Amino acid sequence: MSKWAAIILLLLLTGFGYSSAYAVTPDEQLSDPVQEQRARKISKKLRCVVCQNQSIDDSDAQLAGDMRRIVRERIVAGDSDEQILKFMVDRYSNFVLMRPPFAANTLILWLSPFLFIILGIGMFWHISRRKPKSVTVLNQTDETEQRLTEVLEEMKKN
Amino acid sequence: MKIRPITFLPVIILLGIGIAFAFGLRNDPSKIESTLINKPMPDFVLERVLDDQPALTPADLLGQVSLVNVFGSWCAACVQEHPMLMRLANHEGVAIYGIDSRDTAEAGAAWLEKYGNPYRKVGLDAQSRLAIDLGVTGAPETFLIDKQGRIRFKVIGPITEQIWKQQLKPMMDLLEAES
Repeated sequence: MSKWAAIILLLLLTGFGYSSAYAVTPDEQLSDPVQEQRARKISKKLRCVVCQNQSIDDSDAQLAGDMRRIVRERIVAGDSDEQILKFMVDRYSNFVLMRPPFAANTLILWLSPFLFIILGIGMFWHISRRKPKSVTVLNQTDETEQRLTEVLEEMKKN
Repeated sequence: MKIRPITFLPVIILLGIGIAFAFGLRNDPSKIESTLINKPMPDFVLERVLDDQPALTPADLLGQVSLVNVFGSWCAACVQEHPMLMRLANHEGVAIYGIDSRDTAEAGAAWLEKYGNPYRKVGLDAQSRLAIDLGVTGAPETFLIDKQGRIRFKVIGPITEQIWKQQLKPMMDLLEAES
């Protein structure tokens, strides 16, 4: 029981309990929970152009707040999620998307992991294909083992 | 043992990545390329900042080469840029228009009272609506507008002597020659 209490306390201390806190203020929220849910989802996909490593859903920057307001306005106006994302991309370029799209200038970004995996497999295959240099290694192991038993026996005597 | 060229491959790849990152670090991440270059100035409706002057309208930006400067009374870098704008307006004859972003009319007017007003006209963009339409990420940002009201160039951050001499002035002279 106390173990669980300790774990919960630890999680709270590490900020776990606060991870659901967000920058959206109550007065910006939409009264329709379905629409509000959509707004949150879209906001998470949009980068705060001031702080850059946060989404506008997380950011306390004023400009992020203004962007969230526009996202909600467009939802109420009946725009689709894609239309809203495009609205922001038209103004701030693809940079405003937290997840960069697959495009000519992001080819390296998306393909390099696969390239490295193929390269790694290639090198692994290349190295493992090599034949062992000689067979004396086995004999050496036998000798070493023999020597080990000798040493152990000597230690027992002492 | 003979060392084969393939042994060096990981080192060479790592070195390549390192060099790419070293160059990447030199880029200023706050400088996001504008998507609006050569596009018309987005339409806007602004409120007035100064009591004795109507608010900036899209029609004000037609028929001349001008600068549109996004500022705010909360913006520290704008104070730093301000003497430059005053000089351009008063001694170089540049038409500068102001967008007072994320501000109140009172605070904006008080700021212009304190530091001087380089703007032919000012408009209040209280909720960053126009700023977002312009893809603005902070203040100051300055847009170079041609005679047709199209955005031709954008300066992120304060206009420095160097930016004025090497970029803005030559471009404005060129645009001035356009019909």
